[in-house]
Amino acid sequence: MSIDYSEKVIKHFFNPQNMGKMEDPDGVGTAGNIACGDEMTICIKVKGAAGDDRENDVVEDVRFETLGCAAAIATSSMVTELAKGKTIKEAKQISLKDVAGELGGLPPIKMHCSNMAADALHKAIEDYLQKSK
Amino acid sequence: MSKKKIYLDYAATTPVDEEVFEAMKPYFCEKFGNPSSSHQFGKETREAVEAARKQVADFLRCKPEEIIFTSGATESNNLAIKGVTAKSIGQKKSGAGFVPHVITSSVEHSCVLNACKTLEDDKLAEVTYLSVNKEGLVEIEEIERAVKSRTVLVSIMYANNEIGTVQPIEEIGNLIKRLNGSRGGERSSRIYFHTDAVQAINYLDCDVNTLGVDLLSISAHKFYGPKGVGALFIKEGTSIARIQDGGGQEFGMRPGTHNVPGIVGLGEAITKIKNNESVNENIERLSDKLIDGILKSVPNSKLNGSCKKRLPNNVNISFPGAEGEAILLALSFEGVAVSTGSACASSDLRPSHVLVALGLGPADYHSSVRFTLGKYTTEEEIGRVLTVLPGIIERLRKISGQA
Repeated sequence: MSIDYSEKVIKHFFNPQNMGKMEDPDGVGTAGNIACGDEMTICIKVKGAAGDDRENDVVEDVRFETLGCAAAIATSSMVTELAKGKTIKEAKQISLKDVAGELGGLPPIKMHCSNMAADALHKAIEDYLQKSK
Repeated sequence: MSKKKIYLDYAATTPVDEEVFEAMKPYFCEKFGNPSSSHQFGKETREAVEAARKQVADFLRCKPEEIIFTSGATESNNLAIKGVTAKSIGQKKSGAGFVPHVITSSVEHSCVLNACKTLEDDKLAEVTYLSVNKEGLVEIEEIERAVKSRTVLVSIMYANNEIGTVQPIEEIGNLIKRLNGSRGGERSSRIYFHTDAVQAINYLDCDVNTLGVDLLSISAHKFYGPKGVGALFIKEGTSIARIQDGGGQEFGMRPGTHNVPGIVGLGEAITKIKNNESVNENIERLSDKLIDGILKSVPNSKLNGSCKKRLPNNVNISFPGAEGEAILLALSFEGVAVSTGSACASSDLRPSHVLVALGLGPADYHSSVRFTLGKYTTEEEIGRVLTVLPGIIERLRKISGQA
């Protein structure tokens, strides 16, 4: 079953992007929990844009730490790549379908990993928006 | 995946021994007769089936007519559990309203647990699932405490498929003999004792007299025989009903045309176990080397199950901070095939019920890896695993931030 991953999933599993801790993140989001076997934390660093609308702020850096299966690691890696350089407005719209799609698909039973990655990112953004109110 | 393949999943299945395969070959195209046919085509395959039955009986130290060929251990276990309980209902003079009681353990193979679950769902039996201690052992006293006047069957596996823990089958057999003695020895009030010996057969004494079992299940593909064939030992005089209807094959206990090549293969494979002592010693030595090597080279790794009462070929270790399916995938890219108790690698996204029953926490059961060795495992293969594994765990712990 685990061998049924796309080449892109395998690539991200063996060479995850943006992995590791972040000093002084502007937003932190976690998804999943150890009881289920997967736990993801995503940290973002944001560059504020002019004006009051935080939606135009830019996600400058993203980092993840994930305890989980190959799909969980690959989706974490992919969601950080997708979010990097995007505005808050754009990053908010990154969906589980985007993550899975960019990875060349996931086995059906692993789709929740994709959901988890998008969820962790959205929570990090939410955290940032709360803090910058 | 160009690396040399290293198979360390012998508890899942074993390759068919070349000599076993040779013995099976004539029974596909040349000797194809139906053993139930009266002509010479049937006679030659009937003789082959009976020769295999004798081989199995010799190994288990029982009578040939006490061996029933099945499609594997799942069927053997279903037949034992459902057959004994069904017969007990029919036998009670009190008739309607009798609900037989079955005792089993929480670490049995899913075919045993699910057979019991079906009996409960259909209100055909009440089942007690005994808990185990942290090594995975059933306590004899627990069995005695669980016994009721309606108890008709105790089903406890000989050795666990995931953690290799060996249950005290002989002691349980003695307990049941004693309990049956005090019941006055009437057949209709007997407790029968069944053991799933699938993982044990390669390594442990399977003399049914020593063990004191009434029923014992085996599966050929776990001991270098073919898949899709197994057997159930049913001690003479055991009250048991068949669970599928058809012709009169297997003394009417298991109707269906015989899987002749499979049965021949099973018989041949079982005779080969006998002279395995030196092979088993070597397997145990390699397992010990693997356990010691991992515990030394991978920080915070822990052996699951029992140190002493374990199968010589089973190594089950947890690597908290990493996740089992990820470890499995990384190892498979190094050519190493293992299995894991992690939820992420199972089709129902549930962690191993065995590791949960041991009382392990999620960090441990989701990070468990089972290495099971076999007669073709070499020193070099174990060395290779010990070379690649520490780096894999270190990398995954870095990703999880738990390095």
